Amino acid sequence: MGLKKQLHDFKVKNKDKKWLPAFSAIHTFLFLPNEVTHNGTHIKGADDLKRTMNTVIMAMVPCLIFGMFNAGYQHHIALGDIQAVTAGFFSPEFWSIDNFLVGFWQILPLVIISYGVGLGIEFIFAIIKGHEVEEGYLVTGMLVPLIVPVDIPLWMLAVAVVFGVVIGKEVFGGTGMNILNPALTIRAFLFFAYPTWMSGDKVWVHGAVERDQAIAAGENLDAISGETILGTLAQGKEVAYSAADMFLGFIPGSVGETSVLLILLGGLFLIFSKIGSWRIMLSSVLGAVVMGLIFNQVASAGIISESSKFYGLMSAPFWEHLLIGGFAFGTVFMATDPVTASQTTKGKWIYGFLVGFISILIRVFNPAYPEGVMLAILLMNVFAPTIDHYVVQGNVKQRMKRLKAKTA
Amino acid sequence: MGLLSKKDAALIKDPLADNNPITIQVLGICSALAITAELEAAIVMSVSVLFVLGIGNVVISLMRNIIPSKIRIIVQLIVVAALVIIVDQVLKAFAYELSKTLSVFVGLIITNCIIMGRFEAFALANGPWRSFLDGIGNSLGYGVILIIVAFFRELLGAGTLLGFKVLGDPIEKTGVYAFGYENNGFMLLAPMALIVVGIIIWIQRSRNTALVEDH
Repeated sequence: MGLKKQLHDFKVKNKDKKWLPAFSAIHTFLFLPNEVTHNGTHIKGADDLKRTMNTVIMAMVPCLIFGMFNAGYQHHIALGDIQAVTAGFFSPEFWSIDNFLVGFWQILPLVIISYGVGLGIEFIFAIIKGHEVEEGYLVTGMLVPLIVPVDIPLWMLAVAVVFGVVIGKEVFGGTGMNILNPALTIRAFLFFAYPTWMSGDKVWVHGAVERDQAIAAGENLDAISGETILGTLAQGKEVAYSAADMFLGFIPGSVGETSVLLILLGGLFLIFSKIGSWRIMLSSVLGAVVMGLIFNQVASAGIISESSKFYGLMSAPFWEHLLIGGFAFGTVFMATDPVTASQTTKGKWIYGFLVGFISILIRVFNPAYPEGVMLAILLMNVFAPTIDHYVVQGNVKQRMKRLKAKTA
Repeated sequence: MGLLSKKDAALIKDPLADNNPITIQVLGICSALAITAELEAAIVMSVSVLFVLGIGNVVISLMRNIIPSKIRIIVQLIVVAALVIIVDQVLKAFAYELSKTLSVFVGLIITNCIIMGRFEAFALANGPWRSFLDGIGNSLGYGVILIIVAFFRELLGAGTLLGFKVLGDPIEKTGVYAFGYENNGFMLLAPMALIVVGIIIWIQRSRNTALVEDH
């Protein structure tokens, strides 16, 4: 008669209560439930949906911690308090407790809002529909704070989470039924609803907006500018960061997307735990490289003039596109979402390739919306079922042919 | 309604709720997306459709026995076109700014599926009085949805209603803007109109599950 039994008895006693799904969600999250299968024999994997979700979250934790340090680092650099990183990845200028605390207090509320609001809606829907609370939000809730600018107002994030979870997921029937990646739906909503907080040179560095307001109020201060590399390139200016900075992540950007190194580590973790699809990741990189090379050729062949507004991004070396913006993060953590990606093996190659290809296409040809990865993944989410359909039909056709040849 | 018999009253009441042209028959979506960013435009559009559909239904109903069925679509088009031109010219004469906002969408009332749909489905088979009621009912049902959608889109997207700054001034930071509120630019884009219509459809069908289609 331990705690486990007591909890189970509690559940049996209250099985008609409306709030039971909420209780059992927390119960199964913290403990292994005490229920057994009633009819027939089942083989059950130990990695149920909750464990899968937790694995993905673990893969993202390094990015989150790095994001906290980076938020403080960008803030202090912009204020002129510290010098830029000199000694590689483990520079003491970067990994200081000072940096961490600034980022921590800025990013923790984002995480709390994202989980609080998102899970709140999941619980409400579970109670209304009378089913178990679905675990799908665990990963989304972690993705959301990683893909927004650090200074996004909290109420905007809350509104966007409500929109993303209700319209992006619950209307389709909840976890596993959604067409669009909910985290990206949330970001896209923010992006179109509040563009001044999602793009430009003020939102990527903590404190830049406040500083602007202080200047507007008449204080004699220097404005902070924290343009992302994509923004700089779109304007055709020189980029002030080295390729090493871009790879290691000492650049302004959304909270968790800057460090390609840590994203790669997370990606490897996902591949080895067989949760993320390496086919999608690889083909997406291939797609981006192909599109990048095409643009490089166009730029170097002199087909467009240097004064063209596309020239800056077009002439950026193709490998740089892989390091900047949200490309790496989107490819590893968002494009591989098993619900919204293609399911068939061949379909995954096509889907991934087009994600990469279209990402760079949107980036270059739409300087007003420099982040193409988000839009490319959402677009391909919509087409994933179509791709799967034709892959399956192609297979059926081939087999029919074989069958005919055999019987004839 | 003592004025109308029960059967006639249903002609007005049904399209307002359980047989709404937009949310149930899913007709006229195009204009519902295009002109609902401002409440004023939506109201003018509703009134225009009310005029065209009310009169058009009566005209078609009066001619229903003399229109050869082979060319009935052309005849219907001529009737709508004539009425739409009247509306267009009146708007241009008395509300020029507004008619510029509505631009081609006044002209496109001709192609509004609700109108041709009511001509075909109702006016060709019923007397003028019932056709008139049917036209009024359907255009009211259309207008109600248009106005609801436009209300939310203008309020949340621009912070105004009929052009009045009901939420305060976003530039001078008065009203709710003093607390950091900002307008939701997404509401002014067409996708959000579709989503708002979708939410109305969702609410309506979850209140009356008999309306849910089987698939």
